[in-house]
Amino acid sequence: MKVLAAMSGGVDSAVAAARAVEAGHEVVGVHLALSRMPGTLRTGSRGCCTIEDSMDAQRAANVIGIPYYVWDFSERFKLEVVDDFISEYEAGRTPNPCMRCNERIKFAALLEKGLALGFDAVCTGHYASIIKDDEGNLELHRSMALAKDQSYVLGVLTAEQLQHSMFPLGHTASKDLIREEAAKRGLSVAAKPDSYDICFIPEGDTQDWLADRLGNTTGEIVDMQGNVLGEHKGAHGFTVGQRKGLQLGRPAVDGKPRYVLAVDVKTNKVVVGPQQALAVVELVGNKFTWCGKPQADPEVFFDAHVQVRAHGEQVACQVAVVDGSMVIRCEEPIYGVAPGQTAVIYLGTRVLAQTTIDHTVSAVDSFSTASASILSGVEGAV
Amino acid sequence: MTVYLDYAATAPLRKEVLDCYVEHLQTLGNPSSVHSSGQLVRRTLEEARESLAKSIDCNRSEVIFTSGGTESENLGIKGLYWQRVGEDANRKVIISAATEHHGSLDPMEWLEKHDGAEILWLPIDYQGVIDYKFLEEYLKENYNKVALINLMWGNNETGVITDIEKVVALAKPLGIPVHSDAIATFGHIPISFANSGLSAMSISAHKIGGPVGAGALIVSRATKLVSIIHGGGQERGMRSGTMNAPVAKAFALAADLAVKELEAEAKRLNVLRDKLVRGVLAISPLANHTSAEALRMPHNAHFTFEGCSGDSLLFLLDQQGVCVSVGSACQAGVNGPSHVLLAMGRNEREANGCLRMTLGRETTDADVDVFLEALPKALDGALRAGLTS
Repeated sequence: MKVLAAMSGGVDSAVAAARAVEAGHEVVGVHLALSRMPGTLRTGSRGCCTIEDSMDAQRAANVIGIPYYVWDFSERFKLEVVDDFISEYEAGRTPNPCMRCNERIKFAALLEKGLALGFDAVCTGHYASIIKDDEGNLELHRSMALAKDQSYVLGVLTAEQLQHSMFPLGHTASKDLIREEAAKRGLSVAAKPDSYDICFIPEGDTQDWLADRLGNTTGEIVDMQGNVLGEHKGAHGFTVGQRKGLQLGRPAVDGKPRYVLAVDVKTNKVVVGPQQALAVVELVGNKFTWCGKPQADPEVFFDAHVQVRAHGEQVACQVAVVDGSMVIRCEEPIYGVAPGQTAVIYLGTRVLAQTTIDHTVSAVDSFSTASASILSGVEGAV
Repeated sequence: MTVYLDYAATAPLRKEVLDCYVEHLQTLGNPSSVHSSGQLVRRTLEEARESLAKSIDCNRSEVIFTSGGTESENLGIKGLYWQRVGEDANRKVIISAATEHHGSLDPMEWLEKHDGAEILWLPIDYQGVIDYKFLEEYLKENYNKVALINLMWGNNETGVITDIEKVVALAKPLGIPVHSDAIATFGHIPISFANSGLSAMSISAHKIGGPVGAGALIVSRATKLVSIIHGGGQERGMRSGTMNAPVAKAFALAADLAVKELEAEAKRLNVLRDKLVRGVLAISPLANHTSAEALRMPHNAHFTFEGCSGDSLLFLLDQQGVCVSVGSACQAGVNGPSHVLLAMGRNEREANGCLRMTLGRETTDADVDVFLEALPKALDGALRAGLTS
């Protein structure tokens, strides 16, 4: 196959590209330029879009012995990922930009361009596996290295995209093994630290970065009954489940810590309350996709597991498509789930589907909500 | 086999230049040393200076050797600016054009940001030609505010030639120095520094078959400029640092050969270039021949392709063994839209979808054929890829 290896400059994508070569594919390395001003992004090893990262990727390609190019996706990245990130926060939701990048850049823009230029697949260093079922359908599964498993952020891939994707690291038991292999292959990125934060936020401070773009408007911090407890400097700086940084002078009546329960950007209010009010038992997403072959009878509730963050625990649940929306009933409460987050549905190790959460139902009877409905007095939206 | 059509990026090192370089690398001595070893190497250096001066038609003392084109431009622009501002603090204006190479744009913008310079960007037409009338009118009113004029002789992307004589004719009577970046031009069209009336001119070796890491700023004897590198006071005090005799010698030889062959080569390349242009226009209705109506250098062909991205075209041609360029060198491998085309009033789509082919000494008729054979496939793929984003 002709394979396009997306090379971030990190150790994982470098080893993935090397393995693709070894598997006998004709591989070309491509670094995605996601900013027109690469120097302005964070330096060192923390991001994946700096000049240094691009040079690391090039060196890795040289060592592996494959051609290397930099393709400019900065415009598309700004439009599809950065602007989306800002507008989601603006709407009081909590987006996952890495997921958006996979959905709209790596396995959309890059893949489409690759196919048009004569390639068959895009290869990345994600920790996930593609497995063929008995009927020949491709399935996405968790990585063998569970601690590094990235199947969650790939949950957006469709059957068509899986056909053109290649994750050579999925069957390796740990990242340490990947680093060892990189060192053996003479790749200088073998010991390069992992990147964790959001690549387009130079200083790693999301709140400051958002404040620069959305402005800071002082508003009220209220409890579940609407009593004003304090003031905040901009609602978009808060995330559901957040405990620190509320700066409420008075302790709660019960003496227990208070958490952000909801962010209402329309009224610029942040609602806080006890931890148990964060507990959510049902998630509803209006938009969802199947990762590979769809569930046979999706209108009937079936047993599955749900995961709501990249490195979160999975929780047993029942899932069905009800009136065109994906409804996920958790068997035990999940804490701190915000609208805008992605719920990925697993059947065993297989990724079955994903949906962006629009509504949540609280485990506390009187507190069923979509975030905005708390304050407008609408009863549980679902 | 690779077909190399990117001479404006760098040209192959000529065999005789390589031999000369290697030979002189083996001679011991610092040209500034007083003893006989030093004198021997000094002799090599001064022979090189004299030879290069002949090739460029200037006085030997006007040749200041540097590490390359970018250093020459920095010295020429900053050195002249600081000299002029030092003489009269009211002269803050640098007149230039947005189509300049980054080696020249960036020093000017640095002066603007850090040293109070004001840049007057001359209007540029769709063909990439500066507005000489505007320059004339501006100088009439504002000559006493102008520190220098900085305009490239030939554009490295589009090949458009500036009428340097006309610019100097406007500036000289007013006592305004003119620096010109002739890096893309020297060796391709006849240049006489003496006749040009320029105050300073930048040239580079590796564009004409010499080694990388060799350049010169030609500074007329009447011109004073402030040095930007301080140390041992070499090169008339304008460029400190141990003088590199082997590299100077190799540069001088490459220049000598290029200038001697210039007339015949220009004719030969003009024919090949015109064949290439006709071929491209016949292949693709999407091709727009850049600056077709302007006076251009004989070895350059530049096109924009509606609906294609330069990234894709370059990749697909490279896959077929054809090396071309989307424009000037890129930052971290990122080919953004060409600032030259944007300055010419083209939109971002056009500025993203351009290709530059530059021919040189080893380019053959067969090379042009290979390129023309590879182009349809590249255009086809690039067009499909272009529609996906």
